[in-house]
Amino acid sequence: MRSFAYLSAPDIDTALHAVSAEPNAKFLGGGTNLVDLMREEIEQPDTVIDITRLPLAEVAELPGGGVRVGALVRNSHLAAHPLIRERYPVLSQAILHGASGQLRNMATVGGNLLQRTRCVYFYDTASPCNKREPGAGCAAAEGFHRNTAVLGTSEHCLAAHPSDMCVALAALDAAVEVRSVRGVRRIPVTDFHRLPGATPHVESDLAPDELVTAVEIPPLRAAANSRYRKVRDRASYAFALVSVAAALEVEDGRVRTARLALGGVGTRPWRAREAERVLADAPATEEAFDRAAEAELAAAVGRPDNAFKIDLARRTVTAVLRRLLTTDGSTP
Amino acid sequence: MRVTMTVNGHRMDADDVWEGESLLYVLRERLGLAGSKNACEQGECGSCTVFLDEVTVCACLVAAGQAHGRSVRTVEGLAEAGADGAPGLSDVQEAFVAAGAVQCGFCTPGLLVQTEDLLRRTVAAGAGAPSDAEIREALAGNLCRCTGYEAVIEAVRLAAEWTERGRPAGGPARGEAR
Ligand SMILES: Cc1cc2nc3c(=O)[nH]c(=O)nc-3n(C[C@H](O)[C@H](O)[C@H](O)COP(=O)(O)OP(=O)(O)OC[C@H]3O[C@@H](n4cnc5c(N)ncnc54)[C@H](O)[C@@H]3O)c2cc1C
Ligand code: SF4
Ligand code: FES
Ligand code: FES
Repeated sequence: MRSFAYLSAPDIDTALHAVSAEPNAKFLGGGTNLVDLMREEIEQPDTVIDITRLPLAEVAELPGGGVRVGALVRNSHLAAHPLIRERYPVLSQAILHGASGQLRNMATVGGNLLQRTRCVYFYDTASPCNKREPGAGCAAAEGFHRNTAVLGTSEHCLAAHPSDMCVALAALDAAVEVRSVRGVRRIPVTDFHRLPGATPHVESDLAPDELVTAVEIPPLRAAANSRYRKVRDRASYAFALVSVAAALEVEDGRVRTARLALGGVGTRPWRAREAERVLADAPATEEAFDRAAEAELAAAVGRPDNAFKIDLARRTVTAVLRRLLTTDGSTP
Repeated sequence: MRVTMTVNGHRMDADDVWEGESLLYVLRERLGLAGSKNACEQGECGSCTVFLDEVTVCACLVAAGQAHGRSVRTVEGLAEAGADGAPGLSDVQEAFVAAGAVQCGFCTPGLLVQTEDLLRRTVAAGAGAPSDAEIREALAGNLCRCTGYEAVIEAVRLAAEWTERGRPAGGPARGEAR
């Protein structure tokens, strides 16, 4: 690990001024990703601003039925929170499907949003990787790519976004509140993460001097009937091969609201808008679910080791929707 | 920098800590508490599990500065946490011995701390003994290369039973539970 200056920020203003004054600074949340990457010298900040003492650890109800989650709320705390378990079971389940108990106890919401990929070559400093070193090339294209994405890839990078939590947030249309010395702005979570395009090292819409302060989840009736399913190489403690976050509300046998997002297959948490379009007002039948899954995966590009994900994702989407149909309270 | 923490109930200062050190390094190399193990240093194996302010974390991924002013309990503090404060092993520790859940022992400190946490949240909180599925999920972040986990799960069941009904008088017959 390289040497760096450590600053524990006592309040938000101090953190924002420190980051705007220092071009190569990083915020430290739970540290479960940043400490690891600094040890590997993949991240080399000159200054680390510890934000864990900032007053951003509240989960609060918003007028109108939404929920506001502070950026420093621990993943385990959020998953266990009664408001989340009741209103957004998909989010609670997604978080509990990620990492281990010890890691979820330390990891924060802000850090989870900004965690970096698990592509093996990104971690291996001896291999070329455009995300780590712009212009170096992409070792995954010809190498091991079983865990890379099939949607949203570019010739420059195939890395899958690793977060489970973000998949649920994408399905729920959450917004990320960010703050800098220049002011506050809100970014829809579906615009927060970028496609790799020609600049895979730029992963989010966040400017270097911006602090994530909160995530806001709007009210969604359908979310009461929602779930997360994660398919992986073992039953627990592994990143997703494919995951699906879905919410479904049915009325008179027709889909009234369907929300879908995919993990493990996209270069960013993948909101499945094509599938949602097919489902809008469609009969709530397995046939329609199949067509929706088909529509979403139509643009997928598989490679020798990850093409299996395309069919797996299709089947998982259908299976989750079929399951939600049986738990939807409004169906007679 | 100086890092001050309450470790196993005692206030401790570590001086001249380099910013890049982890909580695990400070505990082992500066405070002489070598119970928590350093195996992967990547958050994968759980050998370094400690309580930080009452929740378990991988100490290898906690930056030293993050622990400043906070309370830490390590495997060395488990026996002290025992019911009557008398010296000796805790229920969880005795159960691991009784069930033969320790082979090379490298994973053991982390498993003990994580098991202690599981039992606090379940049986000791009046929520009943954890199911096998709960035990497996709670220990998913603790890897063991030796035991194949069956004896570990047996040890957790035994510790849960003792927490609920009390440890048998005269101590357990070591090795018999297997
Ligand atoms: C062994 C292992 C297994 C894992 N398995 C899974 C899994 O199955 N599923 C899954 O989803 N995740 C998994 N993870 C990843 C884990 O979820 C992330 O490491 C964690 O969520 C990161 O949160 P943190 O608070 O520790 O972030 P940090 O490490 O503190 O920060 C990560 C990044 O976010 C930035 N940052 C943090 N907070 C803010 C903020 N408020 N504003 C601006 N920038 C900020 C930091 O500067 C840094 O760049 C795993 C991790 C490990 C080590
Ligand atoms: S897929 Fe992306 S992260 Fe992986 S080696 Fe290629 S450029 Fe790097
Ligand atoms: S040494 Fe910390 S998790 Fe392995
Ligand atoms: S006893 Fe050897 S690693 Fe678990």
